Amino acid sequence: MGAEPLEFEGRETDPVSAERVLGLKCRLCGKQYPKEALNFCTDDFGPLEVAYDYEAIARTFSREAVATRPQTMWRYWDLLPIDGEPTVGRHVGRTPLIRADRLAKALGVGELYIKNDAVNHPSLSFKDRVVAVALSKAVEFGFQTVGCASTGNLAGSVAANAAAAGLDAYVLIPDGLEQGKVLGAMIHGARVVAIEGNYDHVNRLCSQIAFRFGWGFVNVNLRPFYAEGSKSMGFEIAEDLGWRVPDHVVAPMAGGSLIGKIHKAFKELEILGALENPVKTRLHGAQATGCNPISATVKSGASKVKPVKNPNTIAKSLAIGDPADGYFASQLIRDTGGWSDDVDDDSIIDAMRLLAETEGIWAETAGGVTLAVTRKLIEDGRIDRDESIVVCIAGNGLKTQEPLLERMARPTVIKPSLEAFEALLERDAAPALATV
Amino acid sequence: MPVVRIPTPLRPHAGGVDKLDLAGSTVKELFDRLGEAHPALRERLFDGEELRRFVNVYVNDEDIRYLEDLETPVAPGDEVSIIPAVAGG
Ligand SMILES: Cc1ncc(COP(=O)(O)O)c(C=O)c1O
Ligand SMILES: [Zn+2]
Repeated sequence: MGAEPLEFEGRETDPVSAERVLGLKCRLCGKQYPKEALNFCTDDFGPLEVAYDYEAIARTFSREAVATRPQTMWRYWDLLPIDGEPTVGRHVGRTPLIRADRLAKALGVGELYIKNDAVNHPSLSFKDRVVAVALSKAVEFGFQTVGCASTGNLAGSVAANAAAAGLDAYVLIPDGLEQGKVLGAMIHGARVVAIEGNYDHVNRLCSQIAFRFGWGFVNVNLRPFYAEGSKSMGFEIAEDLGWRVPDHVVAPMAGGSLIGKIHKAFKELEILGALENPVKTRLHGAQATGCNPISATVKSGASKVKPVKNPNTIAKSLAIGDPADGYFASQLIRDTGGWSDDVDDDSIIDAMRLLAETEGIWAETAGGVTLAVTRKLIEDGRIDRDESIVVCIAGNGLKTQEPLLERMARPTVIKPSLEAFEALLERDAAPALATV
Repeated sequence: MPVVRIPTPLRPHAGGVDKLDLAGSTVKELFDRLGEAHPALRERLFDGEELRRFVNVYVNDEDIRYLEDLETPVAPGDEVSIIPAVAGG
C-alpha cells in the first residue's frame, strides 16, 4: 500500500466492506465458488462471475458519497471486486465524456457523446480499467508473476501496471502486431513473447500456462475479477450524463466482454436507485468485417457463435476469432433491442479521420470500427436520429499508425523562405479559385 | 496412442494426472474411452452426446470445429487438448 492517503471514504472503517463480494458464481449452473483465481466452473466449464451483496453495497454507495471520492475509476470501489484498497492502477479512469456536436452534425444526429478512453492512464486504452482490478486482485492473492494473452492494448496495460506494482509480467501476443503496441509493452521491461499464429492460439497457450505455472493471468484465471473493471466505463458514462443512461451505446467487441459490462454497470446503478431514468439503453456491438464472429451471429440470428479461423483486419485489437463472451454479447444485443454490424478497412480509416477532423480525437483502428458501425446503424435506421448516443472509444491512434501511413499523404516539404511559403499558398488556393 | 491433456482444475476427476493415453481413431472414440475410465470427467465435458458450449478441443494446434468436430481423426502421437473456452479478450 502506498504512502499517499487515498480517501476511500468508508473503506477502512467499514466492517462489511469485505462482504460486498460474496464470491464467484457460474453463469450456467449457479454453482458458487470462493474468491479464487479460477475462470470457469469445474462442473460445466461455464464462465464464473463475481457475485455481490447489493444490500451491503447500498450501505456505502450513494451519488453523494461518490461525489466526494477521487477522480478515478475507484470512486465506484463499492461495485468493484477487491477486498482491500486498490494497490495497482490507482489513477486509472475518469476519462472525458465529450458532447460531440460537430461529429453529430456530420452524422445527422442530435445528441452524441464520445467516451474517450484513448486518454486513459497509464497506457491509453480502456484496458487499464480491467488490469487495475485484476492486478490489485493478483496482489491480494499473493501472485508475484502475472501475465496476459493480448491483441495489443492489454499487453501495454499489463506491462505498465505490473512495472509500477513491482510484479513480473509475461505478455503473450500474436506475431505481427503494430510497433506501438509491441514497444508499449517492452519499454516497461515485461517479457514479451510473440506466438506464431493468431490470437486464439495465444489464448489457448495462456490457458495452459496460467494453471501449469500457477501464475496470475489477468484474462485467464483472474478473468472474473478483470472483466468487472470494464463496468467503470459504464458508471462514468451515467454519472457524466447526470446519473442518466443514454438511449444507445455503441461499443467495440473483441472477446465481447466490455459491451456486457457497460450494461451491467447501468443495471447495478438502477438496482441501487442511483439513476434518474430506467435502463432501456440499446447496446450495439461493433466489429470489423475481417473478424466478425459476434456481428455475424446477431445478423443471422444463430444460437451458436461460429468462430472465424483467420481474422484479417487492420483493427488488430479486435481480431479475436473465437470470442469468449460472444454468446453472451449476442444475447445481450438482442435482449436490449440493439444491433451489431461490421465494416471494412476503408470505412475504418474514413471513420478515424472523421473523428479526428470533427472532434480532435485520434482513436485507434478499433475506434474507427466503432464510429463506422455507428454511422451505419444510423443510416440503416437502427439508431433513431433524435435519441441520445454514446460511442465508446477504447484505444489511442498513436498505437496503430501503420495502416494510416500506408494511406495518408506525407507533409509538403518546402525551403525555409517566405517565397516558398507564398508559392505554397498559391498552389493551395489554385483549385479553389478555379472553381469560383 | 494419442494423448489427451486435461486442464489442471479438472485433474481430480482424472485420477490426478495431467494427461491420459487413450486408444481410438477419432476424437469421439478417445472421449468414449475417457468416459469409461473417468465417467465424472466425461460428464463435465459433455451434455449428452454433444460437447458443452464452453469446452474447446484441439487436435495438436487445430480447433476441432475447423476440422471434423468429434469425428476428427487422430493418430498415435497426436495431442488432444481440452481447453476452457472462457478466456481472453
Ligand atoms: C481498443 C479496444 N477496443 C475494444 C476491445 C474489445 O474488448 P472486449 O474483448 O471486452 O470485447 C479491445 C480488446 O482488446 C480493445 O483493445
Ligand atoms: Zn457451472
